[in-house]
Amino acid sequence: MARECWGYAAFDHSGTMKPFRFTRRKCRSEDICFEVKYCGICHTDLHQIKDDWKELPATYPMVPGHEVVGIVCEVGRDVKTFKPGDRIGVGCIVNSCGQCDHCKRHLEQYCERKFVWTYNDKDIYVDGNITYGGYSTLMVVPERYALKIPEALPLDAAAPLLCAGVTVYSPMKHYEMEKGGKNFGVIGLGGLGFMAAKFAKAFGMRITVISTSPSKEQEARHALHADHFVVSTDPKQMKAAEKSLDFIIDTVSAEHSMDQYLPLLRTNGKIILVGIPSKPLEVSAFNLHAARRCVGGSLIGGIRETQEMLDFCGKHHIFCKIELIPIGYVNEAMVRLVKSDVKYRFVIDVAASTPPEFRPN
Amino acid sequence: MSNPALDSGTSGVKKVLGYAAVEKGGKLLPFVFDRRPTQPRDVVFRILYCGICHSDLHQIRDEWSDDVPAQYPIVPGHEMTGIVCDVGDEVTRFKIGNRVGVGCLVNSCGKCSHCKRNLEQYCEEKPIWTYNDKDIYTDNLPTYGGFSTLMVAPERFVIKIPDGLPMDGAAPLLCAGITVYSPMMHYKMQQGGKHFGVVGLGGLGFMAAKFARAMGMQVTVISSSPDKELEARACLRADDFIVSSDLKRMKKAEKTLDFIIDTVSAPHSFDKYLPLLRTNGQMVLVGMPHKPLTVSSMLLAAGRRSVAGSMIGGLKETQEMMDFCGKHHIFCLVERIPMDYVNNAMVRLHNSDVKYRFVIDCKTIKNPTAIYGCH
Repeated sequence: MARECWGYAAFDHSGTMKPFRFTRRKCRSEDICFEVKYCGICHTDLHQIKDDWKELPATYPMVPGHEVVGIVCEVGRDVKTFKPGDRIGVGCIVNSCGQCDHCKRHLEQYCERKFVWTYNDKDIYVDGNITYGGYSTLMVVPERYALKIPEALPLDAAAPLLCAGVTVYSPMKHYEMEKGGKNFGVIGLGGLGFMAAKFAKAFGMRITVISTSPSKEQEARHALHADHFVVSTDPKQMKAAEKSLDFIIDTVSAEHSMDQYLPLLRTNGKIILVGIPSKPLEVSAFNLHAARRCVGGSLIGGIRETQEMLDFCGKHHIFCKIELIPIGYVNEAMVRLVKSDVKYRFVIDVAASTPPEFRPN
Repeated sequence: MSNPALDSGTSGVKKVLGYAAVEKGGKLLPFVFDRRPTQPRDVVFRILYCGICHSDLHQIRDEWSDDVPAQYPIVPGHEMTGIVCDVGDEVTRFKIGNRVGVGCLVNSCGKCSHCKRNLEQYCEEKPIWTYNDKDIYTDNLPTYGGFSTLMVAPERFVIKIPDGLPMDGAAPLLCAGITVYSPMMHYKMQQGGKHFGVVGLGGLGFMAAKFARAMGMQVTVISSSPDKELEARACLRADDFIVSSDLKRMKKAEKTLDFIIDTVSAPHSFDKYLPLLRTNGQMVLVGMPHKPLTVSSMLLAAGRRSVAGSMIGGLKETQEMMDFCGKHHIFCLVERIPMDYVNNAMVRLHNSDVKYRFVIDCKTIKNPTAIYGCH
């Protein structure tokens, strides 16, 4: 039967969120229903509640959240890999056509027909209804898009892996950075940057953290074992770092110019954008030509790759450093997120902060 | 044939006649200048032809003033072919009478890791450009290009022109050819079976389409000029031709290309062409617009697409390209012009009115009655 659900939603492009009651579909044979324990706050959530991206227009009420972890409470009769009581995660994708060349190659994020976002999207493969994300007490997801969270990982700190983690892991694998030995840079030390630095170290690369915040240096060196730290607003430091990096992961979601960072790349160097600023970035031909440099983009990762990343994290004990917050704090958290004032991801303690009358039974 | 060096003199300095721009936006005018005495490793050749590259136009107009400021007077030209008339004592690969060419580079340090890996264009000390530069490795004097009658260059920077190639059609290979060949090889486009797109059908675009066919790829030409379609299909055997302002056709072609070479030198946005790329598609910019381009992160992310830059190629690679052209009988379709037409040619070049490269017949450079300057 359809289940009553409670969460927080935005109702207009001011982005202010308030409690919201809605229902989740009943479990079909391939579905899993789970109680949400924790949900990470991604910068995408901030963009979407404010309707920043014309390519993904907002439909209100919007329940965000695509870094969702919890405990299975019910499975459909065809579900093979999960049972009630299991730990489970859901990231950015809750459906896709499953039949195109990309889906068959486990690249659901490039589904040729359409993949369905965990929230603010229409699930054309199920009921055509708007999807609601993990800032809520319950979720229902097809088995194919559900992820196992290794036992070695704390459930709350594993949540950000489901978007931030795979978003940097995917291009790092695609560009073969796990072969190690190269010089890696990451711009921005939020959730994405933290995960990128963690993976880079695990892959055996030398890492440079580039940030506007000098206050993040100490922790970058101690907690992330960064080899170098460059304050991007300091022209002398930036000049000294020119032509020092083979790869850069650029996590900045605010407007910025590629020209500021391209000179840091060596010959054949690549900078991969994983943040999605809402305005186009400037790139000068000279900065590309001077060292045969490349600017690429990447979008989350497929489901199989996400599971691979989670298993890698379980093996290497990698997870995000988080600030756990009650669900009622979410609007303040968004204000702080705009100012990059978080080390390094807010995670909503959904289950513990849901009023008792709305908790799932 | 008349002696192209006006006066060799006892010092070995060669007085050479060429055409130079003496000020920003000024016309190219006759100009007499010095070429150095022949060094032990130098090759000296009479220039038969020199291609006009869009870089020549950018530089005489000082359009790259931030990165490559103009030092007037500038004798442009970095696509020159000719016949060897003298060689230094230590030259081993060339002799008098050989058909040779020189492209965009005339020197580099030779010792850094890039030079050692045949990537002279990324020399860590400084690569020396064929014109509008100073050769710090020889005489610290300005370099002058191929809009002239005689050239002196170190053996390492001289290219052999295969016998089967016409000297005028081969000239553009030395810049336009290598500029597209290099990234096409770097991104492994020669594997065949892929779908290739080229934006712009000037000299660079023409060469890219030729190479793409020879590499076994399907070719789509994207151009702002509808009147280039007939020849694109007939002469270049393009599989498809899209007028870039035709939004319907552009929409229909979305997600069809594995690679794009973007040859456009006017300011533009990558966003116009990125949607044409399939997943993992690679776009390479080879033009050098003088204003920044823009790119949307969302368009890159949506298909894991990339845009990269590429600049000419190293000398070993240039010779490989030239040999590939000799083998496949590939050269540029050119419009040959006398030297004194050069200013008209520059105006037409600005308007993309050429099929597909102007090549100056340098034998038409004669002693004029009024010579602009010499030193």
